[in-house]
Amino acid sequence: MLKNDEIKSVLLAGVGGQGILKASDIMCAVMMEAGFDVKKSEVHGMAQRGGCVTSHVRYGSKVYSPLEKAGSIQTLVSFEKMESLRYLHYLGKDSSIIVNSEKINPPAVNIGTMPYPADIIKYLKKKFKLVMEVDASDLAQKAGNVKTANIVLLGALASLMAIDQNIWEKIIKKTFTEKLVKMNLEAFQLGINA
Amino acid sequence: MKVLMSGNEAIARGVYEAGVRFAAAYPGTPSTEILEEFSKYEGVYAEWSPNEKVAVEVAIGAALAGEKALAVMKHVGVNVAADPIFTVSYTGTNSALVIVSADDPSLHSSQNEQDNRNYAKFAKIPMLEPADAQEAKEFAKLAFVLSKKFDTPVFLRSTTRVSHSKSIVKLGKPVAYQDKTAITFNPEKYVMVPALARLRRVEVEKRLEKIKQYAETFRENKMEINDRRVGIITAGMPYNYAKEVFPDFSYLKLGMVYPLPEKLIKTFAKKVKKIYVVEELDPYLEEQIKAMGINVIGKEIFPYTNEFDPGIIESAIKKHLKGGKFPAQKIPSRPPNLCPGCPHRGLFYVLGKQKVFITGDIGCYTLSYMKPLQGLHSCICMGASVGMAHGMSKALKEKGKGKVVGVIGDSTFVHSGITPLLNMAYNKSDALIIICDNSTTAMTGMQEHPATGFTLQGERTKQLDLKLLVSSLGIDNIRVIDPYNLGETKEAIKEELAKDGPSVIISKRGCVLFKRKDYATENPLKIDAEKCTGCKVCLGLGCPAISWQKIKPKEGSKQQGISVIDEGLCTGCGLCAQVCKFGAIS
Repeated sequence: MLKNDEIKSVLLAGVGGQGILKASDIMCAVMMEAGFDVKKSEVHGMAQRGGCVTSHVRYGSKVYSPLEKAGSIQTLVSFEKMESLRYLHYLGKDSSIIVNSEKINPPAVNIGTMPYPADIIKYLKKKFKLVMEVDASDLAQKAGNVKTANIVLLGALASLMAIDQNIWEKIIKKTFTEKLVKMNLEAFQLGINA
Repeated sequence: MKVLMSGNEAIARGVYEAGVRFAAAYPGTPSTEILEEFSKYEGVYAEWSPNEKVAVEVAIGAALAGEKALAVMKHVGVNVAADPIFTVSYTGTNSALVIVSADDPSLHSSQNEQDNRNYAKFAKIPMLEPADAQEAKEFAKLAFVLSKKFDTPVFLRSTTRVSHSKSIVKLGKPVAYQDKTAITFNPEKYVMVPALARLRRVEVEKRLEKIKQYAETFRENKMEINDRRVGIITAGMPYNYAKEVFPDFSYLKLGMVYPLPEKLIKTFAKKVKKIYVVEELDPYLEEQIKAMGINVIGKEIFPYTNEFDPGIIESAIKKHLKGGKFPAQKIPSRPPNLCPGCPHRGLFYVLGKQKVFITGDIGCYTLSYMKPLQGLHSCICMGASVGMAHGMSKALKEKGKGKVVGVIGDSTFVHSGITPLLNMAYNKSDALIIICDNSTTAMTGMQEHPATGFTLQGERTKQLDLKLLVSSLGIDNIRVIDPYNLGETKEAIKEELAKDGPSVIISKRGCVLFKRKDYATENPLKIDAEKCTGCKVCLGLGCPAISWQKIKPKEGSKQQGISVIDEGLCTGCGLCAQVCKFGAIS
């Protein structure tokens, strides 16, 4: 558990359309249910047109800022492989990184003017102690729908956090319609085990 | 009950809790969700007005009829609405009128970064500025109380970070709606001709004096005395950033940023040794506080541009950088792009190949300025494309013949393109205007407008006929094209550019993300790897669904790669099949 005045910050990052904002909403609800003060910040508006999406989630006994400062994010969850590199200035040497194997080409890579960065995981592992690569799309397929990849990644995140799994599952049940609950719980569990 | 809310959801909730049931707005990031959320409450009247000026005028009318009213817009929307705002400041509001200005420090999705706190001082209208969602809800309620109490419009200022961050909000019990509407006559107060406006002008100064007194004890102007060595004067979101990194300093947090409580500020200044003014954008508080004769540190150490975060404040005050250990990596950027299947793509693919100047406007299509389309050469503000195309064409005279095109979206055209188009007919223009009609306000997330034929609530209504409107403005050359048909599009542009006098082309096809999928096609196309010669022409469309894949050159061939279509992204619009000279795409 957290010390009284400690605040934890998680940065969720990826590309518009990957379900990042939904994932950060679920995470906030979980933190609230667990009794924390919580704030989250995101930028959207132009995001649905393929731009970068980020969401800071911060929790503790009292949180002022919805934005974390550079160097102080504890955990980065990158929903797209190369996006992890874009936010390293937010991390410290003890930060953990969860990174999805999925690659989404930015325009410059699509038209062949720039290469997609190579050896990303190798680079991250050299710099950080805990780097977890998750093939979220593959696990999401196993859960029944590739669209549950965001919940797989939440599961992976939950495995690094000391929050009762029942709370996560309670909020997931609340978030989705009955038809989709089972699939998302399955995706969450696959993420925890990943 | 406690719930997690965004600042925008909280503003809507606060307005509802205040017993307000009337609101008008034009969509604009980061303000859009306020009206959308408000419209979901039981028994409210909420409308998308064609532009912000109309929204404010609608709200003024409601207020004069005795109904408490809200008008919502983004920061640049206040520019459009400035005319009625500056004069309703004189008349007062009879009932209550609150105007939300959602500013966008860092220009996350705007054409400028103006600091609308200046409008409060300029128009002599009090302004409240919340710092998080809980305050957003409470301040929305307080704004209506202030408006009623002092018979003045009130600004509620938000920023992107307040509007789009979420925090825990304690819900209150909504005040029951009371119908106090009636027709009352008071021409001395509401007819602003010079003789009467001069009298109201004096009233405005008296009112401001009263509000200044009120501000001295206003409960949201809060002093927190801790460490007396350093005091911070701040307002809104920067308070949270500063509090985060300097929890032990003393604070004066201003909930009302206009007018300022001079006595309170002086009292605070006496209690602390050194004062920093922490504010994003302009030295708005700093200049006024310095004018009170108080020595403060502000913009000499804090940036003028972009939003703050806790790190910026910390490093400015501590005078050393305590940023991340790892520099951000240089990797390909991910600019927002036109969607796969976007109807604008075909139009701008053709336009980008013409040797003409294309004045642009505000909307998704503005993104076509980028490579590879490069189909747009200016963007100033809503509606500017039409007036600018006319001005450029007039200035260039013969040199501009067939060389100037203005492009404007359907929602933007209705917002502020009609008057300049009327001007083109009236003043014998020679430019071509293209209305990119995707039948929605796409950039802000699919809002309705008069030409969609649906209201905010999705009810059918009288649909504006753009062709008929353009014709009645005095434009004789009008044609409607389908931008999915590149041949037709190219021919129409060439022919209309060759004509004398103004022309209008309506490039009509619904947004590919549209909820009413009138036009959408669903069958993804494929590229035949055998037929693809690697000429890269299809990549010139800049479609996110088409990418370049390197291959090992075959014997005797120099071909380095082929184009590939991502079937998960392709909507089957068919543009790439039209540009492929080798019949490789079907």
